[in-house]
Amino acid sequence: MTKTNRRTFLKSTGAVGSGLMLGIVVPVGSNGPAQAAGTLYTPNAWVHIADDNTITLLSARSEMGQGVYTSMPMLIAEELNVDLKKIKVAIAPPGAVYTNALLGAQITGGSTSVRDGYDKLRIAGAQVREMLVAAAAARWNVPASSLKAADGVISGNGKKATYGELAADASKQPVPEKPKLKDAKDFTIIGKSTKRLDTPAKTFGTAEFGIDVELPGMVYASVEQCPVIGGKVKSFDAAKAKAMPGVIDVVQINDGVAVVADTYWRAKTAREQLTVEWDEGAGSALSSKSMMDGIRQAAATGKVLTIGKPVGNVADAMKGAAKVIKAEYTLPLQAHAPLEPMNFTADWKDGKLLLIGPTQFQQGAQGATAAALGIKPEDITLKTTFLGGGFGRRLELDFIVQAAQISKAVGKPVKVLWTREDDMTHDFYRPQALNEIEAGVDAAGNPVAMKFKATSQSVTQRAFGLPKDTLDPFMTEAAVAGYQIPNTQHDLVINDTGLRAGYWRAVSHNMNAFANESFMDELAANAGKDPYQFRMALLKDKPRFANVLKLAADAAGWSTKPAAGRARGIALMEGYDTYMAQVAEVSVVNGKVKVHRVVVAADLGQMVNPDTVRAQIQSSIIFGLGAAVKSKITVDKGRVQQRNFDSFEVVRMDEAPRIDIVLVQSKEKPGGIGEPATALIGPAVANAVFKLTGKRVRTLPITKEELA
Amino acid sequence: MTTFVLNGKSVTAKADKDTPLLWVIRDEIGLKGTKFGCGAALCGACTVQVNGQPIRSCITAVSDVAGKQVTTVESLGTPSKPHPLQAAWIKHDVPQCGYCQSGQLMAAQALLAANKNPSDKDIDAAMSGNICRCGTYGRIRAAIKDAAETIRNA
Ligand code: FES
Ligand code: FES
Repeated sequence: MTKTNRRTFLKSTGAVGSGLMLGIVVPVGSNGPAQAAGTLYTPNAWVHIADDNTITLLSARSEMGQGVYTSMPMLIAEELNVDLKKIKVAIAPPGAVYTNALLGAQITGGSTSVRDGYDKLRIAGAQVREMLVAAAAARWNVPASSLKAADGVISGNGKKATYGELAADASKQPVPEKPKLKDAKDFTIIGKSTKRLDTPAKTFGTAEFGIDVELPGMVYASVEQCPVIGGKVKSFDAAKAKAMPGVIDVVQINDGVAVVADTYWRAKTAREQLTVEWDEGAGSALSSKSMMDGIRQAAATGKVLTIGKPVGNVADAMKGAAKVIKAEYTLPLQAHAPLEPMNFTADWKDGKLLLIGPTQFQQGAQGATAAALGIKPEDITLKTTFLGGGFGRRLELDFIVQAAQISKAVGKPVKVLWTREDDMTHDFYRPQALNEIEAGVDAAGNPVAMKFKATSQSVTQRAFGLPKDTLDPFMTEAAVAGYQIPNTQHDLVINDTGLRAGYWRAVSHNMNAFANESFMDELAANAGKDPYQFRMALLKDKPRFANVLKLAADAAGWSTKPAAGRARGIALMEGYDTYMAQVAEVSVVNGKVKVHRVVVAADLGQMVNPDTVRAQIQSSIIFGLGAAVKSKITVDKGRVQQRNFDSFEVVRMDEAPRIDIVLVQSKEKPGGIGEPATALIGPAVANAVFKLTGKRVRTLPITKEELA
Repeated sequence: MTTFVLNGKSVTAKADKDTPLLWVIRDEIGLKGTKFGCGAALCGACTVQVNGQPIRSCITAVSDVAGKQVTTVESLGTPSKPHPLQAAWIKHDVPQCGYCQSGQLMAAQALLAANKNPSDKDIDAAMSGNICRCGTYGRIRAAIKDAAETIRNA
C-alpha cells in the first residue's frame, strides 16, 4: 500500500484532531528538550536562533531510542551549515506545521521520520540559511551572492557576522519558497555516521524521561483498572485505602479507580487496599482460543477485501498446475512492554492543562484529553520528554487521559505511573493473525499461481475510526512479496476479536512476511531446491530484492557448511521502502532454539546516520527475536495471563546473537529502518529450524512445546 | 527514619521502613538516574550497588541498607570525568531509548570491579539480569570489553 493512501485515508477518516496550535513554543526541560537562552528568534518552525548564538533545532518526532534527536537535526544542519556539536535540540510542541505527511498527523511511528523529514527539513534549513544571508546582504549593502554561510557565520566582502547577530533581521526576511538545496554528493553531515546527541545524558543518568518529571506540589497516582480490559467500575470501597498513610484522595475515572498519595509507593500500596466491584462486560468471555476460532470463522465466511490488483488468472492457473500446495500460519498476541512503564504528568489549573510525558502522538494526546475534560485543545500545553521505549504502545492515549482526569479531580499536579503488571495486562496488543496461502507449481516445482489470504484485526478501525469493511492499509504491509509469479491474488479479511489491538513494531509486516517467507521455503523444499537459489530465480527483474538477498547470503557464507549441529535460514522482504534480507544461523539445545548469528543486508536508499541505521537493525532483531522464540500473550476469561517479565520473557544478554550488517550505499529516496528487521527474523529463524530439524513450525514463538 | 550513605554522603530517609530503596532514591532524595521497570527483580533497571554489590533496589527495603554504602549511576562519573565504562558507552553509542542504561552501567561496573578481563560468558552471567528492550546488548558487550581494557591499561 502506498503512503499516499495511508495519508489520504487518515485524513478522510477524521483521525486528525482539529484545533491545532500554530504558535511556536520552545519546550523546557533539563537534558531533554533544550531551552534556548537569550532573545529567541524563530526564522521558521524548525530553527530557533537566539542573539546569544544559541541555535536550537527542533525534532517534530519523539525520541524513543530510534535516534531522531540526532537524525532530524542532521537534516536541518546540513543545509543551515552549523556544527551539530554546537546546537541544541528541542522536541516540538503540538502544531500543524509538525504534521507527519506520511501519516496525516503529528505521529512518531511507521518508520516514517526520515522519509517524511528528508526534503522538508533540508528545505527548512536552507530557508533559514538564505534568510540569514539576505539579512547580511541588506545590512552590508552587498549582493547576497557574494556571501557564504558556514559554521554559524555569514561572511564575505571582508565582513562577517554570526547567525545570532543576524537572527533578528533574518526573522523579518521573507521566507524563500524554493531555497537552493545541496547536491547529495556535497553532503558533509547526511550519510556520515554521527554520534548521537542524546548519548551523554543517557550515560550519566541525567536524561529526563516521563517518569522523572516533577512539578511543584506534585502528587502521585496509581490506577486500579478492571482485570478485563474494557470493564467498568460498578462500585468501590475506598475506606481502607483512604486510611493508609499519605493518601490524599481516591477518585473514580473512566478507566478505574485512582489512589492519589504523597509518594508513588504510598499510592501503590494503598491501591492494594481497594475493593472494587467490576462490570466486566463482554470481554470476560474472551480467550486466546475463542478469539482464534473467531478469526478462522471470519476467514471462512467474512467479507473478502482485495489487496492491490490480482495478476493474471489465479483460478485457471491453479487448475493447470502440476501440484497445489497449501499452508496456514498463525501468530499470537504480543505486548509492547517498553521498559519505562506507562506514565504521564498532568497539571490542571483554571481551566488549562499542562501535560508532560512520553508520547508518540502529540496531537492525539491533546485531542483526547481536550475531549475527556471538555476543554479546547488550545488550552492544553504539551511537552514531550524522552520516551523509555515506544514500539507503538505510546501511540495510545489512555494513560495520558488518566493523568488529566485525576489532576482535574484532585486539583493538583499529578504523576500517574503504572506498574509493570498494569502495563502487561492493559496493553493494546499486536493482534492474532491467520494467513492462508496456496500455490500452484509446475512440474519443476516453480510457482505459477499464488493465492494469499490474511485474516486479522484492524488497529486502524479502533484507533482512527476506519469504517468497517474497508481495506486497512497497514494490514496489507508485506502481503505482496517481491517474487515474480505470473498469477497472484491477495485478499484480506478483517475480524474484530473484541480485545483491543495496537500497532506493534513492524505491524502487519510481522504476520505477512512470516507467512510469505515460510511458504517460499516450503515451496523450495517441495521443489527440492536450495531456498536461496529458489528465491533468486524468482527475482530476475527485481534488482534491489536480488541484490540484498545475494549480499546477505554471501556475507553469511550460505554456500559453506555451518558448524555441526547448526543450520541457516533465509528470508527477504520490502517494508517502509527498505529492501532487506536476513540469514539466521541456529541450533537447538535441550529443545530450545538458540540463534547464534544473524546476517542482515539492507538497502534503504540514502541513509542519514548509518550508525543509527545499524543500531535500529540490531534493536529490531532483538525485539523480533523475542517474539520469534520466547514471548506471547494469552488470554483466559478476558484476563491477560502474563503479568511481568517472568511470564512474558524477552531476549537477554546471554541470548543475543552476533549480528552482522551489510548496508547498500545508495542515493535512492530514503527508506525506514526502525522496524523492518523485526518482521524478518521470525521467518529466517523458522526456516533455519526447518533446515535443522525437518520440522516446519507454522506459528511463533518457536518454543520447546512447538518443537516437541 | 533510615540513615545510610548515598554516593559518599550520609542521608536520612523519612520513608516508611519497608519502602523500596528505589523510591527513596528517586522520589525522596531526588536522584532520578535509577529507573523502575518491573518492581520484581526481573529487569535490572533499578540496579544500584550496596557495599559494592549490585542489587535490585525495587525489592530492597530501605531499612535493609541502614548504615550501608549505596551507590547509583550519579556516582559513576561526569561528562568531564567519565568512568571508563561511560567513556566506552559514548564511544560505542550504546543507548537507544536509554531507559535501561543506568542499571546496565551499575551492573557492568560491579562486574569490572571484580573481573578486569571478563570473557563473553562472564558478561553473560553478570548482565543477563538486565533487560534492554531496545536490544543494545551487542554494544553493551563491546563497550564493557573496551572499558575493561582501559582499566587494565590504566
Ligand atoms: S525495577 Fe527492579 S529489577 Fe526491574
Ligand atoms: S536502551 Fe531502551 S531499554 Fe535499553
